[in-house]
Amino acid sequence: MENEIGHNIPDSLLKETGHRPFTGEEIVDTEVHWTGPTVHIGHKHGSKLCASIHDAIVATGLRDGMTISFHHHFREGDHVFGLVMREIMAMGIQDLTLAPSSLTNVMNDVVIDAVRAGTVTRITSSGMRGTLGEFVSHGGMREPVIFRSHGGRARAIEEGDIRIDVAFLGVPSSDEMGNANGTHGKAVFGSLGYALMDARYANQVVLLTDDLVEYPNTPASINETEVDYVVTVPSVGDPDKIGTGATRFTKDPKELKIARMVNAVITGSEQFHDGFSFQTGSGGAALAVNRYLAQSMRDAGITASFALGGITTPTVQLLNEGLVHRILDVQDFDKGSASSMAAEEGQQEIDASWYADPHNRGAVVTNLDVAVLSALEIDTSFNVNVMTGSNGVIRGAIGGHQDAATARLTIISAPLVRGRIATVTSAVDTLVTPGSSVDVLVTEVGVAVNPARPELRERLTGVAGLPLTDIATLRDRALSIVGIPAPIQHGERTVALVEYRDGTLLDVIHDVA
Amino acid sequence: MTEQQTGAPERLRRTMMFVPGNNPGMIKDAGIYGADSIMFDLEDSVSLPQKDAARMLVFEALQNVDFGSAELVCRINDLHSEFGRADVFAVVRAGIDVIRLPKTETAQDIIDVEQVIVEAEEYFGIPLGSTRMMAAIESARGVLNAPEIARSSTRLIGIALGAEDYVTDMKTHRYPDGQELFFARSMILHAARAAGIAAFDTVYSDVENEEGFRHEVELIHELGFDGKSCINPRQIPIVNEIYRPSAKEITHAEQVLAAIEEARAKGSGVISLHGKMVDKPVVARAERTMRLAAAANATI
Amino acid sequence: MKIEHSVLVGTLESSDVQITLSNGDGGVEVTLQSDVAAEYGDQITAVVRDVLAEYGIADAAVQVVDKGALDCTIRARMIAAVQRAIDAPHDPKWEVIAHD
Repeated sequence: MENEIGHNIPDSLLKETGHRPFTGEEIVDTEVHWTGPTVHIGHKHGSKLCASIHDAIVATGLRDGMTISFHHHFREGDHVFGLVMREIMAMGIQDLTLAPSSLTNVMNDVVIDAVRAGTVTRITSSGMRGTLGEFVSHGGMREPVIFRSHGGRARAIEEGDIRIDVAFLGVPSSDEMGNANGTHGKAVFGSLGYALMDARYANQVVLLTDDLVEYPNTPASINETEVDYVVTVPSVGDPDKIGTGATRFTKDPKELKIARMVNAVITGSEQFHDGFSFQTGSGGAALAVNRYLAQSMRDAGITASFALGGITTPTVQLLNEGLVHRILDVQDFDKGSASSMAAEEGQQEIDASWYADPHNRGAVVTNLDVAVLSALEIDTSFNVNVMTGSNGVIRGAIGGHQDAATARLTIISAPLVRGRIATVTSAVDTLVTPGSSVDVLVTEVGVAVNPARPELRERLTGVAGLPLTDIATLRDRALSIVGIPAPIQHGERTVALVEYRDGTLLDVIHDVA
Repeated sequence: MTEQQTGAPERLRRTMMFVPGNNPGMIKDAGIYGADSIMFDLEDSVSLPQKDAARMLVFEALQNVDFGSAELVCRINDLHSEFGRADVFAVVRAGIDVIRLPKTETAQDIIDVEQVIVEAEEYFGIPLGSTRMMAAIESARGVLNAPEIARSSTRLIGIALGAEDYVTDMKTHRYPDGQELFFARSMILHAARAAGIAAFDTVYSDVENEEGFRHEVELIHELGFDGKSCINPRQIPIVNEIYRPSAKEITHAEQVLAAIEEARAKGSGVISLHGKMVDKPVVARAERTMRLAAAANATI
Repeated sequence: MKIEHSVLVGTLESSDVQITLSNGDGGVEVTLQSDVAAEYGDQITAVVRDVLAEYGIADAAVQVVDKGALDCTIRARMIAAVQRAIDAPHDPKWEVIAHD
């Protein structure tokens, strides 16, 4: 069959992987079965401390063919992944499935080594970048990687698509029984949102920490009921590299202009009402949207019921000011928001399922009014690619993109061109978020409303400073600036699959020569 | 003929954004910030060994990049340098709207450049007079000669104060309250108004000091300047905000224009509003208010 | 026209291109380094060759290090390079470059 952007998805592939093809973003009224972990009982007397990572791995009985997981809350400051993977490789274990919440650049070398050594033969992740993206795109793995959104991963874990045998979870603070949090210690990252899924559903859970505290450790985000072993390591992460660096207010005039236009779209929409909710994400431009939006809220005397998603200090300031009543916090992007989670009653840690899982009994994104998201590419049907670059190589992550895009008002904010690469194209290289989820594209030269939302276009007509246009015009303008690029030369080999959040198959990514 | 003489609606020139002539990244994005005028600089922002490269970059960009509806200005090098003449030829050929002369001291400076522009227009077969001019006044001598400079050529669309060199010439420096520029600003404004051309204020170089910039724009707006030179796109929305007419001003302007329509419909030569006669300056101000209001709504 | 000596024009800033132009070995040889070589390599090379052809230069070695420059930037840098290489940086050959 052909998907929405004309990519051929062979029936044989669907049969082989057990995927149903994507048919739409609606979640049907039905029942699903969740799987629980197999729990080892009766051998935990006193301490769960292991003398070394090696001893912990031996204790879990990790063997060939199993699935292991990690979280990416330490981002580029992560020390845990390398320590554990190197030990597993040294032990000669083969044919593992690697199922982390995501993969950051600091993990790339180890992953590539582990694949070359046969230690890892399958990967599922939110995304990958840099050398690992190149490696996979150039056919470095035999089995296709499966990319899932944060909500999609939570769903896959609950429904048993991902069955984690052993989760290795780095935590900034733990006691010897495994009561742990992300807000205290030397390398704090705040919310343990993604790791909570692993703690709850993995058959065995190993915590790694560099700050072992007296029992019982509180507040406990992960607790001892879920933990099998605890190992101390010299350092779980580099605190200076945990922050994304994307938490400074931008001075880039183009980003600021786009941010002002995004804010004008939000405040001009029917979603801008007292008690509304928003997710603006991280990055300089997103922070600028936050600042303009906050001012508009003050001017209009409007407050928000909650802010969602990746959190930064400026969002916490909105909470303190009373402009936002609650923060629902699945991850924190800087030190300020990470440590404030411990003190702020209104800053609630949420797990990935609560955040965005389409197949549970209630996820926050269902009640999200406004989402501001980015795009590497967006096509004239409003389909978005945040996964492959202009040369077809994997260099991104779904993250919460598909999930947050189910908001009532989804705004894609992107420059018309980056360097010599057009953002608006005729067809995206990889379909990550379907155009039916997207309501508006904001670029520095114009705003295009999805034709499926005529009432929104009507509302935005005449808003000061919002040049409304259509998306084909934006595409033409982009191409007139950069010229028509040579088509991307993909090979025949499938190197990755892109799932929609409900587990259906959206797209396949082919290799690049 | 000046714009006032032709009777064409006077162009809004609230902002003139400076763009370094040898910076392709800034040049290609110059059109997106809603500047009324964009000034590509071949002079002070370009080092001596790069004068040729900057000239060709501006030459190509003018012909290939979409700068929207902005008025396009180029600041050339002094004619006495080895660069000035080639600068004039390049930008005239590329279809520049306005050539800006730096460090203008006398009317003769304008006449000299105009002569080269005429040569270039003839050489390239461009209608004579297509290329307009403006002069930056940056010294005591230039300020005292401002009235003659402003009247020196029908190509002139405006004169601008260049305060950085001026304050050095005056043995002072910039101060937050602008007292040091009071005479120069007044002189240039009067010279421009008497000649029926535009008056531009100098740059404000501390980009991070938004409050100081705002204060200075409020001052020059009160004085009557057409607009402000901007060195960073971030300054543009601030100028536009200050030049945005108030709701009261807009209502009044609408009433004035409605009264004109009414008088016209009645075939009456006398226009009155609220029992007061509406004379020509009131009409002109109302029209300018409406143009400013429309422009203020067009950008963000 | 003939290249008198090697020249370097342009920078390695984003959206710019750095061009090194020297005498060749009896032909035009262009080497390109660019992040967008797959998408725009042919087009970039074509712009470089066009400018040389317009000046009637049949013997040149051109090293192009592209940082995402638009065609008009590449063309501007090439023109400046040729004008420098023929020792006429401030005497542009309008009859060559000023055409529609």
